[in-house]
Amino acid sequence: MPKQLSRLIIVFAVLAGGMLFARHRLLPKTFGERGHYRAAAVTTIQNLPVKYAGREVCAGCHAEIAAMHSENRHQSVSCEVCHGPAAAHTESPTEVQLPKPNKRAGCPLCHRYDPSRPTGFPQIDPQTHNPMKPCITCHNPHRPETPHVPGECGACHGEIARTKAVSRHAGLDCNQCHNAPVKHKITPREVRPEKPRTRAFCAKCHGSDANSPKEIPRINLETHGGRYLCWQCHYPHMPEGV
Amino acid sequence: MEGREDRKQAGMKSRRDFLRTWPAAGLALLVGLKFKAVELWAAAEAAYNPREHRYGMGIDVAKCIGCGRCVEACKNENDVPREPFYFRTWVERYFINGSGETTVDSPNGGIEGFPPTTQEKGILRTFFVPKLCNHCDDPPCVQVCPVGATFSTEDGVILVDKDYCVGCRYCVQACPYGARFVDPRTKTAEKCTFCYHRITKGMQPACVEVCPTGARVFGDLKQRSSPLARFQRFRKLHTLKPHLNTKPKVFYADLDEEVR
Amino acid sequence: MEPLAEILKQVSGYIYPNEVELHWSILIVLYPYLTGLVAGAFILASLVRVFNVKELQPTYRLSLLAALAFLIVAPLPLLAHLGHPERAFEMFLTPNVHSAMAMFGFVYAWYLTVVLLLEIWFDYRKDMILWSEQETGLRRWIHRILTLGVFDLTEKALRFDRNAGRIITIVGIPSAFLLHGYVGFIFGSVKANPWWSSVLMPIVFLFSAIVSGIALMLLLYMFTTLIRSKQIDMICLDKLASFLFYALIVDFSLEMLDFIHRLYEAEESIRILGQLVASRLFISLVIVQALMGTIIPLILLALVSPALHPRRPLLKLPDELRRMLYLGAATLIQIGIFSTRWNVVIGGQLFSKSLRGLTVYKMQLLGGEGLFVAGLLLMLPFVILFVLIKLLPPWLDAEAHVPAEEIEPEGVLQPEEAAVIATEA
Repeated sequence: MPKQLSRLIIVFAVLAGGMLFARHRLLPKTFGERGHYRAAAVTTIQNLPVKYAGREVCAGCHAEIAAMHSENRHQSVSCEVCHGPAAAHTESPTEVQLPKPNKRAGCPLCHRYDPSRPTGFPQIDPQTHNPMKPCITCHNPHRPETPHVPGECGACHGEIARTKAVSRHAGLDCNQCHNAPVKHKITPREVRPEKPRTRAFCAKCHGSDANSPKEIPRINLETHGGRYLCWQCHYPHMPEGV
Repeated sequence: MEGREDRKQAGMKSRRDFLRTWPAAGLALLVGLKFKAVELWAAAEAAYNPREHRYGMGIDVAKCIGCGRCVEACKNENDVPREPFYFRTWVERYFINGSGETTVDSPNGGIEGFPPTTQEKGILRTFFVPKLCNHCDDPPCVQVCPVGATFSTEDGVILVDKDYCVGCRYCVQACPYGARFVDPRTKTAEKCTFCYHRITKGMQPACVEVCPTGARVFGDLKQRSSPLARFQRFRKLHTLKPHLNTKPKVFYADLDEEVR
Repeated sequence: MEPLAEILKQVSGYIYPNEVELHWSILIVLYPYLTGLVAGAFILASLVRVFNVKELQPTYRLSLLAALAFLIVAPLPLLAHLGHPERAFEMFLTPNVHSAMAMFGFVYAWYLTVVLLLEIWFDYRKDMILWSEQETGLRRWIHRILTLGVFDLTEKALRFDRNAGRIITIVGIPSAFLLHGYVGFIFGSVKANPWWSSVLMPIVFLFSAIVSGIALMLLLYMFTTLIRSKQIDMICLDKLASFLFYALIVDFSLEMLDFIHRLYEAEESIRILGQLVASRLFISLVIVQALMGTIIPLILLALVSPALHPRRPLLKLPDELRRMLYLGAATLIQIGIFSTRWNVVIGGQLFSKSLRGLTVYKMQLLGGEGLFVAGLLLMLPFVILFVLIKLLPPWLDAEAHVPAEEIEPEGVLQPEEAAVIATEA
């Protein structure tokens, strides 16, 4: 073997040896125990402090509120949604007090009208709904029942109400097409309002022989629409040609 | 008036009531009368075996009201920087108008809720979508991490080892969902952990705990009867960017095609 | 936080909230630019060594030293960009074999030690021994240490040096391809990013690397000859310009292929990428990269260099004017290739992965990832090159010669070697 080659091999061997030794010394202890990572990191993350105690823990001391809370429409709303993280409070209940959001700011986070919210979700316009009054003057957040059953469907169906208000059907009352049982206002998901089930219903105004004001558009049901109910094509809350 | 009175009464009677009515009282006696959540959690954690679990989350898009409480809770629970550029979870608002144009916004991640929209006219459909790390089964972020500082745990959660991360930001580039950021304080990658410190104690992730409408359903995919199992059984599910084959474990019900 | 708030105001459309911060800065633009120069310079050197392009002999050793100087600097912008540079060693400690980036350390180490350093060592071994015999003081000691204590100048030893050098170059060509193709792979393999994700990326990177390397050597050769007040070898320069033209043609075709392919496939990302090119990248991509950095130099070189008509160029110009035009073309190409890197690295981060919006990049002036640091890192290779040139003069007339009877004719290929080269090529 040429001399320069053997010398090079020695240099490379020393370098490689040094690297291997350094690797042996520097390799983290728990690396590779459970996978290509430091197993100790998992423990570190597991030991991070908990800040939201969870509603079950709240119920441990505030049983009466919890019991009341569990029976009404806010039952899915955890205590800490409104009162903030409570773990510190459970540790030292007297020293750490949680905020009572009894101003007007908190509730609109969920209940301010926003058309993107699912229909049926109770929403108000904070500017017109008893402005300046704290929400808790009328509503108990632990037992949220509206002071009187909503007279208008728009309380929960704001998006529909607003759409309809600027449409050609603005003058029609919801009841005119929907038969909403009283129970719908109490258990809205269990008891649902009805929709018109016949073509004849719309024809009362829109049929060619209807006894209604002249400016209302007419259609011959014999030739138009065939097998479909009217609202399966037309959106009655915003009929064509606004 | 009624509300205030309730609270006052509850404050006075709480200890007594608790011992009388609450089934957990027995356990509380065991740990020494004073109710200490921490000790309960510690017991759950000690018995924890990661191999017995595999976590996932369901999101019911139709239930999300865009209140942003999940974003707030996440930042509180996980000490996420408050600036509007760092989020482990955030909420997007979609507007799709009649001509098929879509606009999306997420002001400050939705942490303060959403401002009233200015474009109410002409909406075809509109909705909120919560976003977070998808805890992929084939996570591109883990694939690209040069040193093994981000990894998939035995229970299927993707974590970051902030004491080992070199801060190269390749994982941020590799994540198709924008779920990662670099914490300006530690200069290391950060992301949703499914609140790993909570779920290993048997608790819910903070965002799930505070979601007022139950739009977020967290659970163990290995458990056969759970809210998540029911969610998977009865809903038509979709994941984000399925064509990238990352195999997410966050499942969306009622997801719109415009959501990316 | 102020800069991020500023960026937030300039976002158009929707981007994910975590995307306001742009993660790879100008330093990461430098990295592929520098490695490209390394790979290109090395490929040029191998043209002489393996493919026997005799005309380019004056640039051979200079190319090797330039490749080394740029290779030493190449990882520095990466290191400076890390959140924790002090943890960089973890890439060697616990490399994730699935990570393209983790392989960087190994590709780099391989290329630096096994290819470049060895090739330079074998090439200069004879010279270092002969120089050290005539020198005094520090230089003598440096040269003596660099020989690793082997002072064998027998014909057999010298022949071994030459053969070893040639074999290393042959290994070096795929290694250079690997080095830069790999850099392209780092971007090309990110499936989350439609601007990057392309199988063509490594190939495009490679050819633009060759282009930038040849242009660099053309500039360096002209500059060093000027400094040394020597006569520029016009045959060598014409050859460099011709190779530059060929490489640029291939590079341009590949980029156009990529462009047309994207346009034709028109995937879901096409709309946002179209907006990106038409607005945020218009100047750096359309004007600087395509027009100034590619089309104008292509026309210049086609007209002036003997690339198309070896015996009679389209425009027969006097040497002086031709030199100036080469200088201009090579400079434009350098700017164009830098722009290419910019458009890949920065461009790929200017659109949201939601494909719904564009953001902006606000380059810092000072600060760890600012223009100033980038400028320093861009100067550094030239400083290193200056030191290397002082230490290991690459000029033909500086080469030391063993008494004539010991030298064998150089550049004669053995049949087996020719076969190896043919398959490599």
